[in-house]
Amino acid sequence: MYLNLLAIDLFLLAEKAVLILIVISVSLLVAMYETWGERKVAAFMQDRRGPNRAGPGGLFQPLADGLKLFAKEEIIPTSSNRLLFILGPGLAMLTAMMTSAVVPWSSHFNMFGRHVSMQIADVNIGILYIFGVVSMGVYGVMIGGWASNNKFSLLAAVRGASQIISYELAMGLSIISLLMVTGSLSLRTIVEQQHIGHYYILLQPLGFLIFLVCSFAECNRTPFDLSEADNELNMGFHLEYSSMKLGFYLFSEYVNVFISSAVMATLYFGGFDIPFVNSTWLADHWGQNALAGLQIVSFFVKIVAFIFFFMWVRWTIPRFRYDQLMNLGWKIMIPLALINMVVTGFIVLLHLYGWR
Amino acid sequence: MSTEQHIKLPEGSIEKTTTTLNMGPTHPATHGVFQNILELDGERIVSAEQTVGYIHRAFEKLAERRPLYQITTLTDRLNYCSSPINNMGWHLTCEKLLGVKTPKRVDYLRIIIMELSRISDHLICNSVVGVDSGAFTGFLYVMQYRELIYEIYEEVCGSRLTTNMGRIGGFERDFTNTAFEKLEKFLAEYPAVLKEFENLFTRNRIFMERTIGAGPISAERALNYGFTGPNLRAAGVDYDVRVHQPYSSYEDFEFDIPVGSTGDCYDRFLVRNNEMWQSLRIIEQAYRKVQEFKGAEATVFHADAPDYYLPEKKDVYTKMEALIYHFKIVMGETEIPSGEVYNAVEGGNGELGFYLISDGGRTPYRLHFRRPCFIYYQAYSELTKGAMLSDAVIVMSSLNLIAGEMDA
Repeated sequence: MYLNLLAIDLFLLAEKAVLILIVISVSLLVAMYETWGERKVAAFMQDRRGPNRAGPGGLFQPLADGLKLFAKEEIIPTSSNRLLFILGPGLAMLTAMMTSAVVPWSSHFNMFGRHVSMQIADVNIGILYIFGVVSMGVYGVMIGGWASNNKFSLLAAVRGASQIISYELAMGLSIISLLMVTGSLSLRTIVEQQHIGHYYILLQPLGFLIFLVCSFAECNRTPFDLSEADNELNMGFHLEYSSMKLGFYLFSEYVNVFISSAVMATLYFGGFDIPFVNSTWLADHWGQNALAGLQIVSFFVKIVAFIFFFMWVRWTIPRFRYDQLMNLGWKIMIPLALINMVVTGFIVLLHLYGWR
Repeated sequence: MSTEQHIKLPEGSIEKTTTTLNMGPTHPATHGVFQNILELDGERIVSAEQTVGYIHRAFEKLAERRPLYQITTLTDRLNYCSSPINNMGWHLTCEKLLGVKTPKRVDYLRIIIMELSRISDHLICNSVVGVDSGAFTGFLYVMQYRELIYEIYEEVCGSRLTTNMGRIGGFERDFTNTAFEKLEKFLAEYPAVLKEFENLFTRNRIFMERTIGAGPISAERALNYGFTGPNLRAAGVDYDVRVHQPYSSYEDFEFDIPVGSTGDCYDRFLVRNNEMWQSLRIIEQAYRKVQEFKGAEATVFHADAPDYYLPEKKDVYTKMEALIYHFKIVMGETEIPSGEVYNAVEGGNGELGFYLISDGGRTPYRLHFRRPCFIYYQAYSELTKGAMLSDAVIVMSSLNLIAGEMDA
């Protein structure tokens, strides 16, 4: 009754609760199978078999891994800061899971006589929200690395923090030029603008490249995996972690990869738009629900393609050295993003004043 | 009541702006057990201190109590990535002391084995440079081709890593047909893989940036330190024991010595890669020469040195003389002539020398192994001074520091 007074629709609450549950479990499921996929891709590249014992094609391997991580002894070093030591992986996981809130997974379903939106929250500052949450992710690395009270972890934490902060700048600048084109910060609007193949990769190729490189850096993936460089820093910031706390760090990396892929697909590759298909026609002939379902499939195909790209790169090229990483970030990425921004602004202005 | 109860910090510890990082003895990048004590200013290395001795096994002392043929097993465990070269080097040293002349076919078979192990050594070293720079794929991808080499070892001597291959005067048995078939298979398959491996790394922008200028050493400094092998050649000095003091009939072969210019990690990588191509050339020539032997020569696989080469088992059971030799050799009761020899072979890592002093009797009076790794490791602190932490790792692997060889 009070809820009615507050003008909150109970059904909406239930709908969103279910959606949140689904999105989070799907993220975790995808992250789980990313670990399997990573091992399979690596095996494919290195002429090996990869996991093939647990279940058909090793499909149950992630379950076994998870079980193992849960069953392992949990060690908290006596010289560590206990509270922060536990907070680190928690923060990493939290921020990784939160990002998915603004990603539109599909257009709406018509269910129970309502439009059920496939987006947890269509906030009008969607991109800013993603930036805000992702930049919180650095605390997971920093706090975990610092609380371990280990020199290797500390070095990794410093590396990780400076890397993520520098690349976030370039990432933000590359997004600004995209925003000049879209004129909106809402991810749903951006996706809707890209219907039938007018993908922003065509208008912002350089911006996309910068965004791509920066998301590698944000996810701590090769060639930017300096903070967990196993041959230099013994796995870096999660050196002292064991059991599921280690699992949280590893998992959050894969969730991040999943979300980054989703964001890249959304911003530059039309999001849930089905390429070469007129969605209005499809909705008229097959029904809105079929369209929404197919859009989810289309979106996931794009995401999986990006995830594969992440893995492909990881198993192909070496990692940067710290100073080269900084040089690339500050002396190449940021100037390029600035140039991209100026050029885009110039062209947008020309269009505004009627130049064809 | 004493007022001296407060904690006493070491002099200057508050003002200290650098940090000490122990890289090793157990660190993924120290391939083996040795320790680098790095003094770091942020990521930059102010000074590096090397520590050896974690797996010192007193081989030189052990050798003083062993008959010659039992020392072969000690040499296996020096540079275990290329133990056949160590074995052959030791046999050549013994033959030099004993004055045993080996037939040409034995020389050529030895060269096949030595060059195969040079390939396996360089392959591991170069792919580990890749691993230490973060590219893991090259390493596991070439592993299966090292496996082909190990299968040949297995066919020739029965073991894979610590081979204990050959005897003083030749081989324990002739190469089987299967061994030659496996060699042919390797020669057919390997060039394509090596090409692919080079494609993965040599023009890889990130790899080049990581390795060019990392841990450079000038030719002069390298010579002063006593560098040999690929690491010296990368600095621009064309010194190769195979050419300057040919052993085991290396003078019959046609091959080039690749030389670098700056002596940095990238040059070392390129020199090793090129040496693998040259080794392939040598193996092909040697295999052709082995096939050309006719008649009785075509089955010879050891020299006629009854005092040191174990007689055939069926002779031991039927002939008195053979039984006596067998007993004397196995019990280590053969007297060796007194003398002093130094013999070096071009090992996987550089000039692997054996300095053997004998005062008669059954065992060496003194045996010294000239282990190239030990010599390279001296330069480590100079090579990494002022470099980044990541360079410390890559310099270590591109010098091919193998703890087994470093500590002996």
